[in-house]
Parts: sequence; structure tokens; C-alpha cells
Amino acid sequence: MTGVGTYFWTFLRRDRWMYVWWTLGLTVLYYSQAVSVDGLYTTRAEFDRAAATMEQNTAFIAMAGPPRALNTIGGQVMWQASAFGAVLVGLMSMFLVGRHTRAEEESGRDELLRAAPVARRASLTAALLNALLANALIGALVALSLAAFPLPAADSLAVGVGLALCGWVFSATALVAAQLTSSTRGMYGLAGTVIGAAYALRAIGDVGNPALSWLSPIGWYQGMHPFSGVRWWPALLLVAGAGAAAAAAYLLFARRDFGAGLWAARPGPARATPRLGTSFGLAWHLQRGSILGWTAGLAVLGIAYGSIGDDVGSVMGDSQTGHDVLVQGGGDLVDGFYAVALVTLALIATGFAISSALQPRGEEDVGRVEPLLATPLARRSFLLAQVATTVLGTVLVLLGAGVGLGAGYSLVTGDAGRLLPFTLGALGYLATLAVPAGAARLLYGVAPRWARLSWLVLLLGFVVLFFGPLFRLPDWVQALSPYHHLALVPAEPFHWAPFLALLVVGAGLSVAGQIGFARRDLR
Amino acid sequence: MSERVIETSGLKKSFGPTQALDGLDLSVTEGEVHGFLGPNGAGKSTTIRILLGLIRKDAGEARLFGGDPWAEAASLHRRLAYVPGDVSLWPNLSGGEVIDMLLRMRDAPVDHPRRAEMLERFELDPTKKGRAYSKGNRQKVALVAALAAPADLLVLDEPTSGLDPLMEQVFAECVAEVRAEGTTILLSSHILSEVERLADRVTIIREGRVVETGSLDEMRHLHRSRVRAEVVGEVPDLSGVAGVHDLSADGSTVTLTVEPEGLPAVLTALTGAGVTALTSTPPTLEELFLDAYRRTDLQPQDSHTQDQGAAR
Repeated sequence: MTGVGTYFWTFLRRDRWMYVWWTLGLTVLYYSQAVSVDGLYTTRAEFDRAAATMEQNTAFIAMAGPPRALNTIGGQVMWQASAFGAVLVGLMSMFLVGRHTRAEEESGRDELLRAAPVARRASLTAALLNALLANALIGALVALSLAAFPLPAADSLAVGVGLALCGWVFSATALVAAQLTSSTRGMYGLAGTVIGAAYALRAIGDVGNPALSWLSPIGWYQGMHPFSGVRWWPALLLVAGAGAAAAAAYLLFARRDFGAGLWAARPGPARATPRLGTSFGLAWHLQRGSILGWTAGLAVLGIAYGSIGDDVGSVMGDSQTGHDVLVQGGGDLVDGFYAVALVTLALIATGFAISSALQPRGEEDVGRVEPLLATPLARRSFLLAQVATTVLGTVLVLLGAGVGLGAGYSLVTGDAGRLLPFTLGALGYLATLAVPAGAARLLYGVAPRWARLSWLVLLLGFVVLFFGPLFRLPDWVQALSPYHHLALVPAEPFHWAPFLALLVVGAGLSVAGQIGFARRDLR
Repeated sequence: MSERVIETSGLKKSFGPTQALDGLDLSVTEGEVHGFLGPNGAGKSTTIRILLGLIRKDAGEARLFGGDPWAEAASLHRRLAYVPGDVSLWPNLSGGEVIDMLLRMRDAPVDHPRRAEMLERFELDPTKKGRAYSKGNRQKVALVAALAAPADLLVLDEPTSGLDPLMEQVFAECVAEVRAEGTTILLSSHILSEVERLADRVTIIREGRVVETGSLDEMRHLHRSRVRAEVVGEVPDLSGVAGVHDLSADGSTVTLTVEPEGLPAVLTALTGAGVTALTSTPPTLEELFLDAYRRTDLQPQDSHTQDQGAAR
């Protein structure tokens, strides 16, 4: 097929960093499980006890997969990493396929290339090959790293092969989605739904009805049983699934016009609701999808943490380091665990806060702020609406995290008494998140070119929180992190002083940014 | 009485080392369609962005409706509508939603009969999502939003880029109509025929400075006419006549361009030679435009030698 090679090398070049980061990330995901399990349990009895606790936890099984050989390192690695890993390669495959097919068509760039003497299916084929290669690479590195740990080689190979093949299935289904829909956003929505459905089917199946797990490629992957009597025939299901989906994509491709999807684009409303006519209405409209996604995501993560319930002790084993991390100030192990869970959730929620604060920067870059400010809308009002959206969104995302954590805990223990403290504890981090969001706002208002540097605040917080004690970072460095000051609820009682101080700092940064924006040239 | 809707003098703006505006004087009178011409990078959009208070001037004066476009941006914008040169729409909002949203933000009525009329005349489907519109259709969304409710001033930055000739025609009709209602229009454009047809007055800028401004009639007066004549006898030697350029003779036909002050002498010479046919065309805007650049581009001496070369 003429042109496949050219396309393929171009894609490879454009994706080289994606290759690096995804491969590293997924390898670390698997390998770090092996390391942490290896270090966590000092005695066999302790390991067996933890495994028995986990095997009985329905929430864990729904999240991770069928519990097999949990008292071995390999079994733990497969159990803890495989479902999450499969979802991640699914997402990677979706982005890799989407950005070279539907996104290129939508932008019109592909049209430019297709006018050159290349085969009609060249870009499609190259995009698929590119995704297949990326997954194969990830599978290979995961297998190699686990074998080098050392875990049994054949089983390690099965973990990698299954992961790569899972990615192949999701690459091919993403390619189908690219033929059906007519917009990149729609394609990601459809391909993401397929991944979500695959995950949900196996969750329901693993908990109650094993037949359902066999409808999901993730179920096929986990059905290979690495480290607990590995079997290879489920891999054939994955290969067949990928092949069938790819064939379907090629068939659909032949039946559609360039730039169109098999499903016609849905028309929008001809008139705007009155709400859209205000700056806040627009900002909310543009961000509500992201707010909803982050809220749901953190709620799910919160439920995951919460569903450990009171079993923290047995899951953590008796190792002293594990306890030391959780009970930094002394106190109850369970409280310590949930305090760390809350600050971790807050750290993740920072991703929303910063990206929300940077949203008008993206809008300004593509020229969508200019027509708004050419109306009687004052700059102050424009940005204030953005600030309000960020604050409101952050509250909702934190609420999702706190309620999720409390709900997960209540579901497993039957004790609803922690729902409120966890929720309030999560909301307390509003003050912490005000600082990175305020920093983003300040940079946007004063030096929009450098606004992305505000992500460094998150990085700093992450390093201080997880490596501060380990690296014995000096106090003043630790004090720079906004996550370092708030009382660790529920392990410590809530204090108003640091809460208010952080709030004042965050608000100050934000106001400075707003003043800066009112005085600078639009880009 | 006529108010100055836009008035700038000595306007300066630089972006880093680039001097975008270098003492620009622009004056737009109430009720007129003012053509704003210049090559890419001449400073048209920079001027418009200063007038809209989107960027701040470095030096000079800028007044919009007599007010300060930076300090009073929001209140001044109540009286105007703007169509940017490169329209970017929100991918997830339909064209109809964008039109309503911009009208609401302008505090303009969303249900003015003109809204439906404009949608129909521009043949725009308001239910398509922003990402699905072609360049021309994105431009139409911005045009309909600007024209769907009355405004005192329309600021149009290359409003017809991407429109097909039929839609350019519709646009020209709309401009003529709103002008008849008394709306002032600042029309920045590359399409010279469009400006020539619509504009009452024209300002040509280059490298951040005004090269030429005035009504088209005034400007034509200052520029060369193109003369083509057929004579019975010998073609007279016109190369010595002051103000004659681009002279060329082909048998009994002579063509030339001549500055206004040289025209009587040319006519006298042609009459003497027994003229049988004569056409004299005033300069088109395109010629004015190119001429305005040529004069700042080249030294007078170079211009002369070039003309000599052309005459041979």
C-alpha cells in the first residue's frame, strides 16, 4: 500500500514522547507492585493473612479482578495492576488511533496528505500499525521487567502478552469508533465507553456471574491466569477480537465519505438558552464536562480507597515502614490511612484546579476571547466568571472525592459515621488547592506564555508529600508545598489557622492575576 | 452634523522589536463606510484591536465615539458589533447558540426580525456545531451575529474572507442597507473591488503609517489616468511631456498613463496628430493601491528609470 511507510514514520516521530511516557508509566505500574508487595510483608503468615482478607473483599474484586494466588508476589502484581493496566493501554490506544485518524480528518490536515499519491487506506493502516507497535512495546517491557524482578518467566510473558493484546483489541475498536463518529470528541466518547463497558462487565462478572467476564477483553486477559497456572488459549480470543474489530473498521471505512462518519453528526439547538448569554454561563458550559468527569473519577477513586474499610492493618501487613508512613504523627492506623488517602485525592484534584484555571488561556490562544471582550463584557467580569467556575468546580470535585471515600467506607463497614468527617476533610483541601489554582491565575494574568509553569506547584506538592520524609528535605522546602500545612484530617484535628492562611494566599494570587489580566494586551 | 466615530492620531504600538503602528492617523466620520486597506502586516488588525480596547496603545491618541477605547471599553462596546478576521467558534456550541450568546452579551435583542432574515440570506444552518462549520460558514456565523441587531458601528476585519462570490454579494447588500440606516462601518479588506464598491472614504496604510486617505474621487484626482488613443498620422513623441508614464506605441496606437497636470498637454499633442479614438480611464482602486505602495517603495529616481524601461 503506497504511503503506509511514510505515514508510519511520521506518526512514530510525532508520537515518540507518548511512546516513552506510556511505556515507562505502564512498566512502572506493574514493576512497582512487585517491589511494594515484596517489601510490605515480612513473614509468610502475615502475607497469607493479608491475602485472605483481600480475597474476601468484594469491592477489591470488583475493582481489580478475580483473586488468584494472592499470597504470591506474581499473583498480587497481576491482581493489582492488570485491570488498571488494561484500561490504561485502552486509553493510550484510543488516543494514538484517534489523533492520527479522526482528529486529522477533522482538522483537514489529512486532506492535504491524501491529495498526494498515497493509497486510500494508507493513513488508516499506518495508524493501526502504530498503535499495535506501541502496545507490543509496552507488553514486551512489562514482561521483561517482571521476569527480571525475578518472577517466573513464562508467567511474566503471559502478563505482557495479554496486556499488549488487550491494547490491540482496544486499538481496533477505537478504529471502528473513528469510522462511526464524525468528530474526535465523539470518537473518544465512543471508544472510551467501550473501555468502560469492558471494565464494568468483568467487574460484575468477577463478583457474581463469571459468564459476563468472558464478554470482556479485560476478562480474557485476566483469564490467562498468569502466576496461578498460566494458560494461553484466552490469548487467542484477544487476537480474534482484535482481528474482527480491525476487519470491521476497514469495511466501515470503505463505506463512508472522507471527513464524514457513518453516524451523521447530531445537530445542535438553533437557539441558545438564556443562561449561555452570560460570561459565567459560557464558562460553566465549557467546563461542565470536565468538572463532571473529574468529580466522577475522584468519587470512584474515593470509593476504591474507602472500600478498604477497617482492614487497613491486615492489608498493610505488620511492616514497620508502612505504618510509619501512615502514622506520621502517631495515632490510629486507620485514621492515618484515610488522612493520607484524603491528601492524595486532593493532590489528584489539583489537576482539575490548575487545568480549569488555565482554561481561558487555551481559549485566548485560539481567538475565542477576543469576540467576547469586543462586547460590553468587561475584562473583570469575564475573568471573575472563570474564577467562579474554577472554585465551584473544585468544590464539586473535592466533594466527589470525600463523599466517595466516605461511601466506600460505609458500604464495606456498614458504619456511616465517617461519611461526614471524610467529606468535610476533603472540602478543607479547597484552601490548599486555592494556591496552585491562584498561581495558575496569576501567571495567566501576568505572563500567559509561562502559565503552564503552574503545574510545578503540583509537582512540588507531590515530591514533598511522598518523598519529603524519605529524602529528609529541609523544612523550608517542605513549607513551600501548599499540601504541607493543613492538619491531616482525620488523623489530626482540623485547625482553622492554616486553612484560612492558605485561602488568603490563594485568593491573593488570584486577585493579582485578575488585576494583571485587566491591564495586559490580549494575545 | 457629523461626529467623528473613530479618531486616532500618531498612534504607536510595538510588539517587541516589531513596530506595528508608527504614528497612524485614522478618522472615520459618522454614517460613512470607511475602507481600511493595507498589505498583510500593515497594522490593520492592530489598529482595530486598539480601538476595541483589546490591546493598549504605546503612544498617540485613540478615540472611539469620543471616548477612551481602553478605559471605557465595556460601555463603548454597547454601540458596536465586531467581526474578527479569523473566526474561531466553540466546537461544542451550535452556530445559533453562538449568535444568541454574542447578541446577549452585546445587550442586543436576540429576537430582532433581522436575525432570521440574515440566517436566510446568508443561507446559514444554525443547528450545526462549531467544529462542523467550514471557514466560510464560521465567517457567516460572525457576520449574522453582527448584523442581526442594529449597532451604531460595525467593525469588520476582512469580513468576506472565505465567502463565495454569491455571499460576497449578499454581504455587500447588507452593508449598503445598514449604511442607509445610518450605521458607520469600518471595513478592513483585501478585496479592493469590494471596498471600491462600498466605501465612501478609504485609508491605505503601510508599515503602520497612513499612505493615503480620502474619498475615492479625491484620490483619483491625485493619480494618473490611463489614456489609449489611435491617431491618423505619426504617433507624436510624448516622452518629453511632464507627468507621462508607461508610454508605449504600437503602430498608430498609443497608450500611456498621465498625472492630472499633464493631461492637457497630452490631449493637445494627440489632437495635433489627428486622433480618431480616445479612451481615458480613471485609476481603479487597485492602481491607487499599488501606486500608493510604489511611491513609498521606490526612490523617485528609480521610479523614473523604471518608467523609461517600460516605454521602450
